Amino acid sequence: MMALVDILISASFWAAAIRIASPLIFATLGELICERAGVLNLGIEGIMVMGAFTGWFAVYQGMPLWGGVAVAFGSGMLFGLLHATLTVPFGLSQHVVGLGVTLLATATASFAYRLALPQVTSPPRIDPFQPFAVPVLSDIPFLGPALFTQTALTYAAFGMAVVVGLVLYRTPLGLAVRAVGENPAAAAAQGLSVTGLRMGAVMFGSGLMAVGGAFLTLSAFSSFFFDMVNGRGWICIALVVFGAWRPGKAVLGAVLFAAFDAGQVRLQQTEIGAILPYQVFLALPFVLSIIALIVMSRRAEVPAALMVPYNKGER
Amino acid sequence: MRLEPIANPSAARRYGFPALALAATVLVASILSWIAGADPLATLGLIVTGATGSRLAILETLNRATPLIFTGLAVAVAFRAKLWNIGAEAQLYAGAVMTVVIGTSAWGMAWLQLPAMALAAVAAGALVLLGPVILKTRFGVDEVVTTLLFNFIMLLFVSWLVEGPMKDPAGMGWPKSTPVDRDLRLPRMVEGLRLHWGFGLAVLAALLIWLMQARSVLGFEMRAVGQNARAARFSGIAVTSVLLKTALISGGLAALAGFSEVAGLKGHLTRDLSPGFGYTGIIVAMLALLHPIGVVVAALFVAGIFVGSDSMSRAAGVPTYIADMLLAVSLLFMVLALGLARYRVAWT
Repeated sequence: MMALVDILISASFWAAAIRIASPLIFATLGELICERAGVLNLGIEGIMVMGAFTGWFAVYQGMPLWGGVAVAFGSGMLFGLLHATLTVPFGLSQHVVGLGVTLLATATASFAYRLALPQVTSPPRIDPFQPFAVPVLSDIPFLGPALFTQTALTYAAFGMAVVVGLVLYRTPLGLAVRAVGENPAAAAAQGLSVTGLRMGAVMFGSGLMAVGGAFLTLSAFSSFFFDMVNGRGWICIALVVFGAWRPGKAVLGAVLFAAFDAGQVRLQQTEIGAILPYQVFLALPFVLSIIALIVMSRRAEVPAALMVPYNKGER
Repeated sequence: MRLEPIANPSAARRYGFPALALAATVLVASILSWIAGADPLATLGLIVTGATGSRLAILETLNRATPLIFTGLAVAVAFRAKLWNIGAEAQLYAGAVMTVVIGTSAWGMAWLQLPAMALAAVAAGALVLLGPVILKTRFGVDEVVTTLLFNFIMLLFVSWLVEGPMKDPAGMGWPKSTPVDRDLRLPRMVEGLRLHWGFGLAVLAALLIWLMQARSVLGFEMRAVGQNARAARFSGIAVTSVLLKTALISGGLAALAGFSEVAGLKGHLTRDLSPGFGYTGIIVAMLALLHPIGVVVAALFVAGIFVGSDSMSRAAGVPTYIADMLLAVSLLFMVLALGLARYRVAWT
């Protein structure tokens, strides 16, 4: 028990939680935007792999770090376009298309990696984003080292959450996106282009998912591994439900989740870790996601037209 | 653009578009091998000969197709009832675990023990899928996410088993289970040929599922639930009970893939028993247009692409991941083709 308290009151633990939360925040926001417009994007897992690869590869080829982030965003948009074309105007099964996009993006990243680096035994490294201490704020005891000595990409994740929240709830564009996710026929009657809005939302959301993947290679680790995303995308889908499709709650969920993740790593070092097999700790995030889905299922406010294709003239 | 449903699509539409999808996949294969710096035609030729060019190659393809028939059937049965079982991977491992548990215990009656292994596997796989489906019918939790998440939990469970309680003491420290007794392996279908009865069992399963879908009340009910759950409920079909039965059948089928891999091929359980057979099952089922007999054909095709790409990669230097890319592309093309077969695109 004391071990647990020791973990919870250390600033380095919370710094780790914020760091682990960052890729989840990007990808969860991306999924949230897609679903708010009425499209479930199961391509998330593969798009994150793609972003992790393209972002890393761009920097490995000599681009600046932010260039890598932009390349990742672009590659995500590309796969988002593929997903949106099949699911929005053609109205095909969002489940099957999403899984297909995940399989294709994952395979494409592996294929391209092997093609570009046929003979490497140990994955090549890049110089990743370094922690940046925010002046003044980082001097606050406890909070400073926990929150304000992160990498630029982490600050960007939280900034993006604010932007997405503002746009969704305070602008006509956000209202339009929510409208096509709730009642596309009414939105169309208002003169909005359901197809255009949905495709745009899926593309932008997919771009964010790819940036979440790129966080892993550009900020967390400095190399690309084939299985580095390891189910994070599926967890983000659970986080969207847990956050009741609201950006603020989703970020809170991501941080809470990351705290558990950071906690299990530290608990493994204690006497509890000596008793329980390490697999129990690794399974915890997935078990937690399922529990969150069950708990939230009762009061979740699902966008009314989620997974319902819209076809003009069909009632 | 607007989609206008076609009331009775012609045979040309229903089969022409899927055929086009396969042709488009071949085109993508050529482009990919050209990007990789290889001669496209030679690459395609190497894939085909790699999969079918010799007796050894054909046997390898048939062996590789066996688990894919089972997982493909599992997905096809579930998808037909619009039950999105993405957890065939977990169910496969559940089946493999039970196969080893029963197969390493001393009964002294091989004739009884081998079927018991299969039955225990089916029961375990069915139970694994039952959980997410009860969450779906009881709480409305989307089964896609829960079955996906369960795949990761199951793999960690297996990882613990093969490093802990089920670890082979004679395994030189490798994380693998104690092997199943020699007498409890699936026999070969033809003496001298490296093809075990798992393949026969898989084809038999496909025939039984076909019969069930075409001739039984349950088969009809599953289709009705898949086409329109609301209408099915109004016409007096107990939708929840149909979904639960579908889950038991689907999970059991996927578990048989684990059973046949352990009892027919590997003999023991490892963490990498399945290189994603559960996920590939989705591709197999979609390429088969969810038809059980089609699943056998599609599984052979998919297995051929994997086996052929492995041997092509050694010869032409194109990364083996081309196989995964082609299968994902063929899946997307096929979904599009199925959509185009049923709808006419009107540009207005």
